[in-house]
Amino acid sequence: MSQPWLPLFILATSLLVAPLIFVLPERAWRARAVVNLSAAVLKLVLVALLVWGFYQGRDYSFGFTVVDGAAFFLQVDALGLMFAGLSALLWLATTVYAIGYLEDSPNRKRFFGFFSLCIASTVGIALAGNLFTFLLFYELLTLATYPLVVHRGHDKALQAGTIYLRYTLSGGLVLLLGVVALHALVGDIAFGQRERLADLGPEAHPMLTVLFLVLLLGLGVKAALVPLHGWLPRAMVAPAPVSALLHAVAVVKAGAFGIVRLVYDVYGISLVHELGLLMLLSVIATVTILYGSVKALSQQELKPRLAYSTVSQVSYIVLGISLFGPFGTIAGLVHLMHQGLMKVTLFYCAGNYAEELGIHRIDELDGAGRRMPMTSLAFTVGALGMIGLPPVAGFITKWYLGMGAVQAGMSWVIVVLMASSLLNAAYFLPILHRLWFRHGPAHGHGNWPEERNLGRFETSAWLLLPTAATTLFSILVGLLAGMTFSPLDLATFVATEEYLP
Amino acid sequence: MIERLGLSPLTIQAESMVAVWVVLGLPLLLGAVGGLVRPARGWPVAMAGLLPLLALAWLWRDVDSEAGRSWMIEIGSLALYWRINGLTLILIALTYLIGLASALYTPAYLREDPQREPRGQAWFWPLLGILISSLSLIWLAVDLLSLYFGLELMGLSAVGLMLLTGKVDALVAGLRYLLLALVGSLAFLLGVSLLLGAWGRLDLAGLARAVEPGAPLWVAVALLSAGLLLKAAAFPLHAWLAPVHASAWIPISALHAGLVVKASFFIALQLWLVLVPEATVAAWAIGGMAGAAVIWGGVMAWRAAKLKDVLAWSTVSQLGYLLLAFPLLIGTDSAVAALAWEGTWLQLAAHGLAKAAMFLAAGNLILATGEIRVAGLAGASRRFPLSLLSFGMAAISLVGLPPSMGFTAKWLLLHAALTGGHWPWLAVLGIGTLLSAAYVFRVFRYSFIEDAPEYEFHPVPWGMDAIALLLALSALLLGLAMEGPLDLLRGAGEGS
Repeated sequence: MSQPWLPLFILATSLLVAPLIFVLPERAWRARAVVNLSAAVLKLVLVALLVWGFYQGRDYSFGFTVVDGAAFFLQVDALGLMFAGLSALLWLATTVYAIGYLEDSPNRKRFFGFFSLCIASTVGIALAGNLFTFLLFYELLTLATYPLVVHRGHDKALQAGTIYLRYTLSGGLVLLLGVVALHALVGDIAFGQRERLADLGPEAHPMLTVLFLVLLLGLGVKAALVPLHGWLPRAMVAPAPVSALLHAVAVVKAGAFGIVRLVYDVYGISLVHELGLLMLLSVIATVTILYGSVKALSQQELKPRLAYSTVSQVSYIVLGISLFGPFGTIAGLVHLMHQGLMKVTLFYCAGNYAEELGIHRIDELDGAGRRMPMTSLAFTVGALGMIGLPPVAGFITKWYLGMGAVQAGMSWVIVVLMASSLLNAAYFLPILHRLWFRHGPAHGHGNWPEERNLGRFETSAWLLLPTAATTLFSILVGLLAGMTFSPLDLATFVATEEYLP
Repeated sequence: MIERLGLSPLTIQAESMVAVWVVLGLPLLLGAVGGLVRPARGWPVAMAGLLPLLALAWLWRDVDSEAGRSWMIEIGSLALYWRINGLTLILIALTYLIGLASALYTPAYLREDPQREPRGQAWFWPLLGILISSLSLIWLAVDLLSLYFGLELMGLSAVGLMLLTGKVDALVAGLRYLLLALVGSLAFLLGVSLLLGAWGRLDLAGLARAVEPGAPLWVAVALLSAGLLLKAAAFPLHAWLAPVHASAWIPISALHAGLVVKASFFIALQLWLVLVPEATVAAWAIGGMAGAAVIWGGVMAWRAAKLKDVLAWSTVSQLGYLLLAFPLLIGTDSAVAALAWEGTWLQLAAHGLAKAAMFLAAGNLILATGEIRVAGLAGASRRFPLSLLSFGMAAISLVGLPPSMGFTAKWLLLHAALTGGHWPWLAVLGIGTLLSAAYVFRVFRYSFIEDAPEYEFHPVPWGMDAIALLLALSALLLGLAMEGPLDLLRGAGEGS
């Protein structure tokens, strides 16, 4: 049974909310909050319905021709569902968070309007059924995030916005060229028609290699692969909910998701292996992981340190898929979800510290655990998860990555993993130490930079609730990884059903 | 691609002629009425503006069922050849749409403009009517006489519209424009007379069969092209464009950039396809001009200090995209030409809509802030979100980002360039995209400044914002709904 309206509805929930928000007056923050939250809940319900229907074996594809040889095409597969689910879940959490975070600040209408557009593009990326549609939403994402990055409107934000555009628009152009070239070569390829390129035969291999590199270059900008990562740490001037979303699901993940699509659904892992490009991917991922971690060590402020940590963590996804085996694939796919949950938690915490206590630098965090125990607990869970301690989600990734490396006979990857875990520990543990064991303003030494008492609890409930929720999820997806519908289960399903070479 | 111009065979049907005459004459009539009544409100203009649209719908229904038709009109000893097909219909629709938007915008604009000239208002309507009718004639005509007539009429009414502000700099710019237009017309006329002398006929279908390569043909085509490219503000003959836009009324700039410069390009491309369909080297030379136009226009738009100059230079740059049609259509194989054909007309329509929307939105911003500099927009995003949104949506189409019409057009042109292996044009399109993003987002960068000083400003009426918004929305959203119009463009060739 075909139900093409469901993916369209899911897109519409956030796409049509944007004009509605633009129409509402700036003052009407209650109405705006209601619209935002109900749309977010509705979308979550619809995505759940989609997951259920997908397991029943329903067909949700929808498409129409735009120009000859290029079609707008939405389809639902397990990988897309994972990403759509993640974005729907985090949209709800981040909307709650943003309502609390932006209370009384100017331009909220603009913020929430573009925020919805940003989520609409993410869902579009998740449900896109071919490269053309993927490209549409990928570029829309760039446009929707620019006003969010420059939201504060001061010099540094505008500068960061310009650099962000320079990187992403150039990347988008390179991607466009690659996609057009692929269309000129073989026409429209729906995701999953892997045999189309493989059937071209060995004489097309040099061309395919070049095209793969072009597409990788275009996608690598958003995925923040070294050396294309320069925009990410600078974009940290954006408000905390934006950083959280950019890192967890929107921009960085869109790039990583695109690379997964490229490798598994357009070229097919066997072809990429045949072309000898997996080794290149492993090397790029390794360099990015180590470089990001080392740079994170040298950051004095909290958000840039988290940003470089993202640079490093997202490449675990690329490393996973480059291992050419079921375990590596599972690790890469599951990390797409896990990293999102953990990183969003960490950014919420950073936002909480900044809002409640005015803390931006790491050395101001001394003793904050006593003043804000819930936030600090959440931060601790996220940080330990990033390092890879069980039972938090990050452990699952590293475990499967290690198994994948053994299986692929690439033991040097294990060395990389160990080195990166040590580096993760080296940049996260000092923060935890400061939070819990140093004496600070909460113990009567000095003052917080800018303390505000935002709520009955340690800070506003709007800020605390999403933080607690995502923390809980990060633990649950690790603890209950063996259950059906867990990210690991989905990733295993994807890897065994679709992507085995 | 010559078969897609719908030149032959001749099919004379009297009943469709009525619709054609209505479509051609109604703007003239309404213009004359407007000159007498001088509507000061938008709604009478809107009511009157529906009439030509209805006439067009009538014509469309008549013609849509077939691939297109062409016919001959004899006036004394003169024979005029006209045709109507999918391309013509689309271009007339575009003309009406942009013309109507400008007409609706003008009464409100003149009320808001502090330095208005009451006498100018009376002349605006008849001149607008002449401009729209002459443009429609140009889209219809397939003989050099009608084309020359349309071109002259269009040029003179455009100059008249430029002069309406009555200010000294407008007079200087307008007269310079007039002078250049006359030089262009002279070159065109010389080319026409050479062709007439050599082959004794002026209809394009006949010329296409009759002409033989040789010095007379090349000189004639060179003269015709030089005249037309001068009028089309093609690089390096573009210098007159920016001063003209800087001093004219906003809705007139919108018309001019959106339609008038395109008409000359349209004639030039048509003549090349008919007269010299194999002149690959010359077409590549035009391609070189296109590249220079894209880059130079983009750089100048990026550096421009005034908002209107940004838009004017952006027109120069975007016309460069259109000029790429010459190397992609002339002497290429049919797969490349088919893609480029669709891409070119889509680019023409996309730029027309987007640039008109952008001019109207920019006009709103200029009126509201009282500032003509880009830097004067500091903080505009908070104060005039709607105007800026329209500007932004038009900008997306200009840069060629999805889901706009500009994107679809660029996709087709890129596809054509790649299929044909024309690497230089690929580079031109790429560089053009980055440059246009640079100059567009420079405007936005100013508008997002939060700590700007609060200048005195007054918001414009919502109607003016709505017109700009609707035009911008059509440029932004129609990009994905292009299958129908593209079918129409393709269908134009099936009849012959």
